[in-house]
Amino acid sequence: MSLSLFLVQVFNGLQYGLILFLIASGLTLIFGIMGIINLAHGAFYMLGAYVAFGIAQSSGSLVLAVLGAVATMAALGFVIERVLIGRLYNRNHLDQVLITFGLILVFDEAQRIIWGSDVHSVAIPPALSSSFQVSDIMAFSYYRIFVTVVCAVLAVTMALVIQKTKLGMWIRAGASNREMVSSLGVDINMLFALVFAAGAALTGFAGAISVPLTSVSPGMGDAIIIISFVVVVIGGVGSIKGAFFGALLIGLADTFGRVLLPQFSSFLVYAIMAGVLLWRPQGLFARA
Amino acid sequence: MNIKTSRRKFLQGTGAALGAAATGFPTFAIGQTAKIKIGIMMPFTGTYAQLGEAGFNALKLALTASGGKLGGRDVEYITLDDESNPARGPANAEKLIKESNVDILYGTVHSGVVMGMVKIARETGTLLMIPNAGAGAATGPLCAPNIFRSSFSNWQPPFPMGKVAYDKGYRNVVTMTWKYGAGEEAIGGFTEGFTALGGKIVKEIMVPFPDVEFQANLAEIASLKPDAVFVFFAGGGAAKYVKDYAAAGLRKSIPLLGSGFLTEGVLQAQGEAAEGILTTLHYADNLDLPTNKKFRADYKKAFNKEADIYAVQGYDAGLLLAAGFKAVKGDTGAKAELYKAMEAATIDSPRGKFTLSKAHNPIQDIYLREVRKGQNEVIGVAHKALADPARGCKLTG
Repeated sequence: MSLSLFLVQVFNGLQYGLILFLIASGLTLIFGIMGIINLAHGAFYMLGAYVAFGIAQSSGSLVLAVLGAVATMAALGFVIERVLIGRLYNRNHLDQVLITFGLILVFDEAQRIIWGSDVHSVAIPPALSSSFQVSDIMAFSYYRIFVTVVCAVLAVTMALVIQKTKLGMWIRAGASNREMVSSLGVDINMLFALVFAAGAALTGFAGAISVPLTSVSPGMGDAIIIISFVVVVIGGVGSIKGAFFGALLIGLADTFGRVLLPQFSSFLVYAIMAGVLLWRPQGLFARA
Repeated sequence: MNIKTSRRKFLQGTGAALGAAATGFPTFAIGQTAKIKIGIMMPFTGTYAQLGEAGFNALKLALTASGGKLGGRDVEYITLDDESNPARGPANAEKLIKESNVDILYGTVHSGVVMGMVKIARETGTLLMIPNAGAGAATGPLCAPNIFRSSFSNWQPPFPMGKVAYDKGYRNVVTMTWKYGAGEEAIGGFTEGFTALGGKIVKEIMVPFPDVEFQANLAEIASLKPDAVFVFFAGGGAAKYVKDYAAAGLRKSIPLLGSGFLTEGVLQAQGEAAEGILTTLHYADNLDLPTNKKFRADYKKAFNKEADIYAVQGYDAGLLLAAGFKAVKGDTGAKAELYKAMEAATIDSPRGKFTLSKAHNPIQDIYLREVRKGQNEVIGVAHKALADPARGCKLTG
């Protein structure tokens, strides 16, 4: 592998990892803080993409589409937490899995009714549609680079919010000791609803911003949810930092695995997860 | 599963049969006065829902020409959603045959599911009509007198592309697909056609099904610098592959070739990125044939939707069944004569006339198509009257 190809693949791995991070960060917050295994997280990703597609189709503006998708998913997340998830905190994981699995079915059917089973796509906005050559043949579109930068900025912003703000402090405290936080007078119900809404909005954003790069199609959420859980488990449940490094690790391992070990690429990421579980069962960045 | 039988319908069926008997049809054996039952085992939910719907709708459309009857007998459809789930294929097929007593088993889209149906059809001797799934074995090593296919074998559409690529001067080609039955068989077809002429497959890339992260492999292809790339993808994966290929800048220097499914039903999503892609397939929407134009108009009128290749294949399955049952006048007991009539039939298909091979797979023209202004334009016939080699099939016709 030449140096230039190596660098191209490193960028590909980082780019994939950063998108994974956006999805997994919401998942790990919801899982870590609220103790909810949200199987419908992938469906949120799919809905984000479809809403963005719908808005882009009618308005022609991708910016509007992404904003609309984020707002829709945040609102939807808030309502779902208040109406459904909020009733399940004292129930066991099986009940939560059942209801979030039910949500997948509902969202998949809603998607089919509203948008049909066709495959859709949105063009890359003209301002970012050009690309630059990284080798004599290979090029990167500016939109791909733009998405990568936006994801990186969001990751840093999230780290700052979690580490430096009062809200972040509550979230961290909530992740380690729920009862203590509520006894300190924090409105834990509102905090949970906000965290759930933020998680849905983040993954909706990931879906929306990916639309010009991917195809909008039924079942697109199913593929992403499993790999996102792998990231969460590797990084440590509830840890944003863990989700970040877990996502980059998986992004790079998957990218290089495909090229260097194609026969094993489909289970390479699971092998890494198994290895991490053996070595550090709590994940790389969770407190023991 | 819904079995749509009511007392009234049953009486109507009996009445129709009695009427038919009075007008001089041969006497049916006892139990043959009722309707002909067709067990429709298709995906009605999930990724392939649209394909399943098109395949069933078009079957009904084909039978309306004969008043919704087969050989003068009324038809009853018993539908079952196979969910494209191979694990439940054999059980579902068995249920239709043993519990619903269907005379004809009709399905399906997914190659894995059809293998279960083939197994049960071989065990029970029930007529199996396959309107899409291209699994080579169904008309290969597992072929049988009672198994018919109106669509294609996975090998068939891509095979002629080997010669097309060679004639264009390409000598080193990279192939890429999902690692699953249909993908591997399609790549096998292309590779056979291409290497027989002296072309070389530089690298065969297989990614897990139905994965859509192609970026790493596109970078690899760019570094290999082949003369062309041949791929088999369908649906959402096909849309994304074509877009990624263009966005990575590969389209400018390395032509992309594909089995026709790469640009079927997803051209709108692919947009400008698909322009200029060459594919081979046994159909194209704008085929300039009177049968095709009439079929497309009829289909649109009946279902308010544009017909696609899946509809064509379902329609032809209906024509094939109609031809067979007409010859035996609806007598489901006359199996040998029925199969013989189906084998001898010439189907006036929207794709062009075709007959069946000894293995019961269409011998058909494979068209070379180029994407021009968002349409799959036919630019020639890549292979005239191509038959699947049907390796391992012992039927001699």
